[in-house]
Amino acid sequence: MKSLEDLKRIREQAQAQIKLRTQEANTKIIVGMGTCGIAAGARETLMAILDELSKRNIQDVVVTQTGCVGLCEYEPLVNVVKPGQPKITYMKVTPERARQIVASHIVNDQIINEWVLSTEEGA
Amino acid sequence: MAIIRTNVLICAGSACVSSRAYDFKTALLEALEEAGIKEEVNVVDTGCIGTCDLGPVAIVYPDGIFYVHLKPEDAKVIVNEHLLKGRVVNRLLYQQPMTKEVFPSLSEIDFIVRQKRIVLRNMGVIDPESIEEYIAKEGYQALAKALTMSPEDVIDTVKKSGLRGRGGAGFPTGLKWELTRKATGNPKYVICNGDEGDPGAFMDRSVLEGDPHSIIEGMMIAGYAVGASKGFFYVRAEYPLAIKRIENALEQARSYGLIGENILGTDFSFDIELRRGSGAFVCGEETALIASIEGGRGEPRPRPPYPANRGLWDSPTVINNVETLANISPIILNGAEWFSSTGTEKSKGTKVFALAGKVNNTGLIEVPFGTTLGEIIFDVGGGIPGGKKFKAAQTGGPSGGCIPAEYLDLPIDYESLKQIGAIVGSGGLIIMDEDTCMVDVARFFLEFTQSESCGKCPPCRVGTRKMLDILERIVNGEGEEGDIERLIELGEEIRRDSLCGLGQTAPNPVLSTIRFFRDEYEAHIREKRCPAKSCRALIAYQVIPDKCRGCGICARVCPVGAAQGKPREIYHIDTGLCIKCGDCFAKCPFGAIEKADLVLEKV
Repeated sequence: MKSLEDLKRIREQAQAQIKLRTQEANTKIIVGMGTCGIAAGARETLMAILDELSKRNIQDVVVTQTGCVGLCEYEPLVNVVKPGQPKITYMKVTPERARQIVASHIVNDQIINEWVLSTEEGA
Repeated sequence: MAIIRTNVLICAGSACVSSRAYDFKTALLEALEEAGIKEEVNVVDTGCIGTCDLGPVAIVYPDGIFYVHLKPEDAKVIVNEHLLKGRVVNRLLYQQPMTKEVFPSLSEIDFIVRQKRIVLRNMGVIDPESIEEYIAKEGYQALAKALTMSPEDVIDTVKKSGLRGRGGAGFPTGLKWELTRKATGNPKYVICNGDEGDPGAFMDRSVLEGDPHSIIEGMMIAGYAVGASKGFFYVRAEYPLAIKRIENALEQARSYGLIGENILGTDFSFDIELRRGSGAFVCGEETALIASIEGGRGEPRPRPPYPANRGLWDSPTVINNVETLANISPIILNGAEWFSSTGTEKSKGTKVFALAGKVNNTGLIEVPFGTTLGEIIFDVGGGIPGGKKFKAAQTGGPSGGCIPAEYLDLPIDYESLKQIGAIVGSGGLIIMDEDTCMVDVARFFLEFTQSESCGKCPPCRVGTRKMLDILERIVNGEGEEGDIERLIELGEEIRRDSLCGLGQTAPNPVLSTIRFFRDEYEAHIREKRCPAKSCRALIAYQVIPDKCRGCGICARVCPVGAAQGKPREIYHIDTGLCIKCGDCFAKCPFGAIEKADLVLEKV
C-alpha cells in the first residue's frame, strides 16, 4: 500500500465483509423457514434471493429467516419490509419468483400483486 | 459462488477461550458442515465483548442475536433451529439477573446500553486477526489524516481533547507528547505500556487481544507527533494470546506497508517491536519498564529526568498506556471537541473498568467519566448477587483505595476519587458486599505489593513488610492498641519516601480502609471480632439446632470429622477439630450452619 487511494480501495472491499454486522440495512427480506417452508423449497428460494442480491450488488438489504407462521399451504412465504411501507407477504415463492421479486419489488419498488398473500400495515 | 448470509461472531477473549469457546466453535463448524450450510455462514472470532461471566458468548448477525453460556452441544441446536429455520433458541439468550427478563439482542441488554464504547468500539464487531476488517471500520484512516497534518497540529488536537493517561496517574497525554517532541536528542521512541499488573484488571489485555491494530495506529500517530520512528510494545509474557495477536497484527501491517519506510507515500517511517515482560508488577512503572526493555533489572530510578527527556537508551521517549493509545485514532478522526464533549470538566472521554467481585454482571465496561459508582454497580453491573448489601468498591487495585456506600452517588473522575483517598488507577473495580472484611482486603492488597516490591528502596521494601506484619496480627486476633496509629504513621512515611509509584501508593488500601472502616479495625483489635465474619481466626462454625434436620451432609463433607452426630438427630461441630474450611456452611441444604464470633478462646 503506497497511497491514500490504496487504503480507500481496501476499505471499500473489506466493508462488504462486515456489512451484515452493522445493522444499518433499510430493507428486510424474511423467508419462512419452518419445516413446512423447507419442504416446499424455501432453502432454494433463500439461495436464489441471496444470489440475485449479490449479482445486482445490492448492499443495504438484510435477509433473515423466520419460523412457521401457520400458513403452511402457501409456503414458501417471503416477507418484504421496506421502511415506511407495509409488510408484503408473498406466497409460493419459487426461486424464479424470488428473483423477480428482487428485480421488481426491491430494485424498482413495484409490488407483484398477483403473488401477494397479505399486506400488513405498520409492521 | 457462495453467498454469506449470516455472520456468527464468537468472542475469542481470554475469558471466553478459557471457558472453552474454541470447543464450541469447532462443534459449530462441524454442525454447519453437517447441515450443508457451511458456505452460507461465516464464523468469525472477535474481541472481548465484555460479558465475561456469561461466556462463551456469540452474536448472530444480521439479526444481532446474543447467545450466552454456550456449550459444544448447543452448536447443533443453534444451527438446526436458528441458522436453518430462523427460530431463535430462547434458552440460550441472556437473562437479566434481577428481573429475569430475557433479551434476545446484544444491543438491548442493560450491560451494553448503559455503556459508551470508544476504546472498546471494535470489540464484538471485527475479527482481531484481520487487518481488512479493522480497515473496514475506519482503521488507519486516523493515521492517514494525521500524516496530512503537521506534528504540532496533531499534538494540539490531543491536548485540546483533554485526554489523560489511562494507566493510573492521569497525566495529560498531549502535554507528554509535546514535552517529548521539544526534548533534544535523537532518536526518539514510543513505548506502549501493556504491563498490566493490578489484580483484577484486564482491560489492557482485552484491548490488545481484541483490537491490536487500534493500538498500533495510536503508537504510529504518537510517533509521528513526537518525531520518533521506532516503537516498542511492552507486554507481559502472561498474556500469550495478546502477544500472538499483536505479532500477527504487526506482520499484517508490515505486509500492507502500513509499518515500514515511507508510510502511505510520505516521509514518515515507523517500525514496532514487541518486548515481553516477565510479569513483575514494578515493570508497569515507566522507568523500571525502560530498564527492562534495555535488558537490565526491572528497577525504577528517581525522576526527574522524566522519560520525555531521558528515556529508553537515554533518548526522549513517550510512554503511553494501552487504553490511552486506543483513544488516539477516534480523537484524530472526530476531532478534539467530539472527545471533550464526553466526561467531566477535568476528566474527558470514557474509562474502561474491569468490573469484578460481588456484582452480577462482571466483565469489561466502558462508561463516560462522571458516571456514578451506583450507576456502574446497579445499572451496568446488574446489582449485588444474592440480595446482599453493597459495602465498598476498591478502585485502582493495590495502589488505590476503597469507596464506601455513602459515595455511591459521587460522579467518578480523577479529581473526585483523589479527594476521597481513592484513585481511578488503571481501572480495576472490585465490588465488595457485606461479607467482605475490609481489614482482610487491605491485608490482601498489601501482601501483593509487598511481594512485588523490587527491594531497591528501604521504605517500600522494609516498610510494607512491617505494615503487613501488623495487619496479619490483626486478622489473626493478635492486634494491639496503637496498631492503627502505627499503620497510619508507617503508611504516610512509605508514601512520602518511596522511590517510585509502587511504594508511594502501596499504603493506600490500608489508609483508605482505616479512613472509612476504622470501626472494623477496632473490632478486630479490641474485641477480637471480625464484623464481616470473614477472618478465619476470629470465627467458629456452629449448628443452629432449630434448623438442623439431621441429614448428615455436613458430616459427609467435613474433611476432618469435626461435624458429628447421628442421622435424624441434631449435629454439632467440634471446634477443636474444625479447620474452618466452610464446606459444611456451603453445603447445608437448610442453612443450619452459621458463622459465629469465636468467644470462648478470648477468655
